[in-house]
Amino acid sequence: MKKPVIEFQNFSFQYYSQAEPTLKNINLTIYEGEKVLICGPSGSGKSTIGHCINGLIPHSYKGEISGSLNIMGKDASTLNIFERSKMVGTVLQDTDGQFIALTVGEDIAFSLENDCIPQEDMFEIVQDVARLVDMDHYLKQSVHHLSGGQMQRVAVAGVLVNDVEILLFDEPLASLDPATGQHVVGLIDRLQKEMKKTVIIIEHRLEDVLTHPVDRIIVVDHGEIIADMDPHQLLASNLLSKVGIREPLYIKVAKYAGCRITKEMQPGHIDTFHVDACKKPLLQWFRETTLSGPVKTNEPILELKNISFQYENGAFSLKDVSLSFQNGEMVSIIGKNGAGKSTLSKLICGFERPNSGKIYYAGNDVTADTIAERSKRVGMVLQNPNHMISKHMIFDEVAFGLELRGVPEKERTERVLETLKICGLYPFRNWPISALSYGQKKRVTIASILALEPEVIILDEPTAGQDLRHYTEIMEFLVSLNKKGKTILMVTHDMHLMLEYTPRAIVINDGRVIADDKAVNILYDADLIKKANLKETSLYTLAERLGIPEPTEFVARFIAQDKEEKKKWLHY
Amino acid sequence: MAALLGYIERSSPIHQLSGLTKLICFLLWSFAAMLTYDTRVLVFLLFFSIIVFRISKIKWQEVSFVIILILIFLLINNIAIYLFSPQEGVKIYGTNHVLLELAGRYDLTLEQLFYQMNITLKYLAIIPVALLFLVTTDPSELAASLNKIGISYRLSYSITLALRYIPDIQREFHLISKAQQARGVDLSKNEKLWRRLKNAAAIILPLVMSSLDKIETISNAMELRGFGKHKRRTWYSFRPLKKKDYIALLIMIAIFSAAMAITFYDGSRFYNPFL
Repeated sequence: MKKPVIEFQNFSFQYYSQAEPTLKNINLTIYEGEKVLICGPSGSGKSTIGHCINGLIPHSYKGEISGSLNIMGKDASTLNIFERSKMVGTVLQDTDGQFIALTVGEDIAFSLENDCIPQEDMFEIVQDVARLVDMDHYLKQSVHHLSGGQMQRVAVAGVLVNDVEILLFDEPLASLDPATGQHVVGLIDRLQKEMKKTVIIIEHRLEDVLTHPVDRIIVVDHGEIIADMDPHQLLASNLLSKVGIREPLYIKVAKYAGCRITKEMQPGHIDTFHVDACKKPLLQWFRETTLSGPVKTNEPILELKNISFQYENGAFSLKDVSLSFQNGEMVSIIGKNGAGKSTLSKLICGFERPNSGKIYYAGNDVTADTIAERSKRVGMVLQNPNHMISKHMIFDEVAFGLELRGVPEKERTERVLETLKICGLYPFRNWPISALSYGQKKRVTIASILALEPEVIILDEPTAGQDLRHYTEIMEFLVSLNKKGKTILMVTHDMHLMLEYTPRAIVINDGRVIADDKAVNILYDADLIKKANLKETSLYTLAERLGIPEPTEFVARFIAQDKEEKKKWLHY
Repeated sequence: MAALLGYIERSSPIHQLSGLTKLICFLLWSFAAMLTYDTRVLVFLLFFSIIVFRISKIKWQEVSFVIILILIFLLINNIAIYLFSPQEGVKIYGTNHVLLELAGRYDLTLEQLFYQMNITLKYLAIIPVALLFLVTTDPSELAASLNKIGISYRLSYSITLALRYIPDIQREFHLISKAQQARGVDLSKNEKLWRRLKNAAAIILPLVMSSLDKIETISNAMELRGFGKHKRRTWYSFRPLKKKDYIALLIMIAIFSAAMAITFYDGSRFYNPFL
């Protein structure tokens, strides 16, 4: 019998600020050396479970606890946050924000410093731990010059110095590009195997975590544990789609084809999945599903000609970029962190001026326009809604831009109410913004831009950190705007978003456009995938294993059907 | 965009000194400049501070924004002194050489000019050194140094974290202000002052909200890794004193002692050229 390291018994928790308990009667045991994935939609309570384990509850977040929690055989209520930090190492979601020190070495040493370890000993320990995560050559480097994957490595090293028994990862993939996410999942897997750590991963991007096997998956919904089973068993069930977690795509397509997935088919990973049992229905599904016609193109609304942009220090961010966007298009702009995607969007909406090149809007040169002039045509929605919201009430926030432009009050009210209706915010018009969820706030920021009636809208990571339901809501809303004729450009890391919603995708790498093609083609180009830190979807692997000669067609048909199913689910 | 007082990495003899040395030198320097009104000492300090500034390889453009801000403040300060105490120089130096007759007590005297020149010199002698201390000291070393001279490590760490976040906050400010300008927020002179102030709030509020989020994240991250557990802590990046640190400290102590000796040997802090 394995030794239990974490035991929740009839455990409930209610934040003082909330009317309802966030965790209800949790019973969960995690054993030594296990690798467990905790998943659930936003607001399900999965992060709260993490806080209870690492001690942020009750140290930083106060509330009412009942039932018992034992960590390493000790009653957690007798362990303070510092004692727990010796047992549980937590890697937080915000890679950038969790760095305390400036250099890699110093950040790894932070916990040792707090334990009053003499300086000479620290140098040695830091060196050893950094070697474990392959960062020993970067000790003097500034943490802000690291790539996303390196940042996660440093964060992991920072908790490994404590020789903790349990490693807790709170949404480790949230801000990483697809390929980097894969590296991090691989690193977690290696640590667990080599160092015999107990690993708990809290994440809703299920398929990405499952690229390396986990022992168990715990599904949390509405504060309760609704499943605690091994991956094969879970994927054979219909629980995931019920709570709104995206199933691995190869499973989903098999279900669309009418296959009955069983535990014996080993559906936990695309490589273990016994595809033969589904081969017949899948091939039949492929033959029978049809695709709607291609999107019609008309006149270009926005054109970039030979745009270059340099930072103040002289480094190029964009080099000789030429692009053309048709009126009414929906396009993804993808590429790894730091490739120049954000710069491109800032240039398009006039936040920055290009060093050379021209920007045309509907055939007119708008390169020299001021931000205010440009914003009448192109609206920008920032990734973090908190960066845009400056009023207390929803109505005022959406009216703000119109007010500043001197739109008369009567017309203003009409336009605001109209926009709120389009955005599904009309019932909340007199609510304070602070009462909204993150996804709703995002909607308010989109509404505040939409009220100004730009023809082109650029969104930076519109769905980052959203669960499947919020993701679908936001994206369907953008599609409805697109159908009304708005041109929509999105900067994103989410390969699925790109496949599902944008027929066309542009790949930026080192400041240049390296691909401008149909989204389905881009993810089938191995060379491109490698260059731009993308990740191919499991659907291609499945299509290949089925022996389908046109895998891109297979993917396109899947996406078409999936969208239909999701619309039904939203209305349901 | 001009950077404000962030650490500027470079390889210079000043950068190589331990943060503790720089902190002590900066404090002694400031005391010396604040205590003395002796023009000769002030001129020497100013002259020497410019030399040290040159040695540090910090460029004028990198700090010009802050220096100009301070100079504006200095100008306002000088005007205020003249408005409230136009005969202070006469009182100190005991003579009265009127240069220009103005209404009431506002006669312009040579003594007042000399007095205000000394005040200006004091500022000018401190500014380069204070700036140098901030931009050549690695923030993490700064925390260690502050802690070594007896300031609690929590306070030391708070100060350095605040300094460290200045570039981040600047970047965020830039982004938010662009996003708000796109919505029509106008901060230029085209707007009336009252509206400009109101418009500035549209940038400040989101900035404050997102900074509060950041503070929550960082304080959680720190506590999860044991910050605040003990009464003291050790420092990974503390640089122990080396030979050049002792040399720098000796030079500084010599300057300080000489400045004090010259200032106080005749019993008055003021150097009086009018007698």
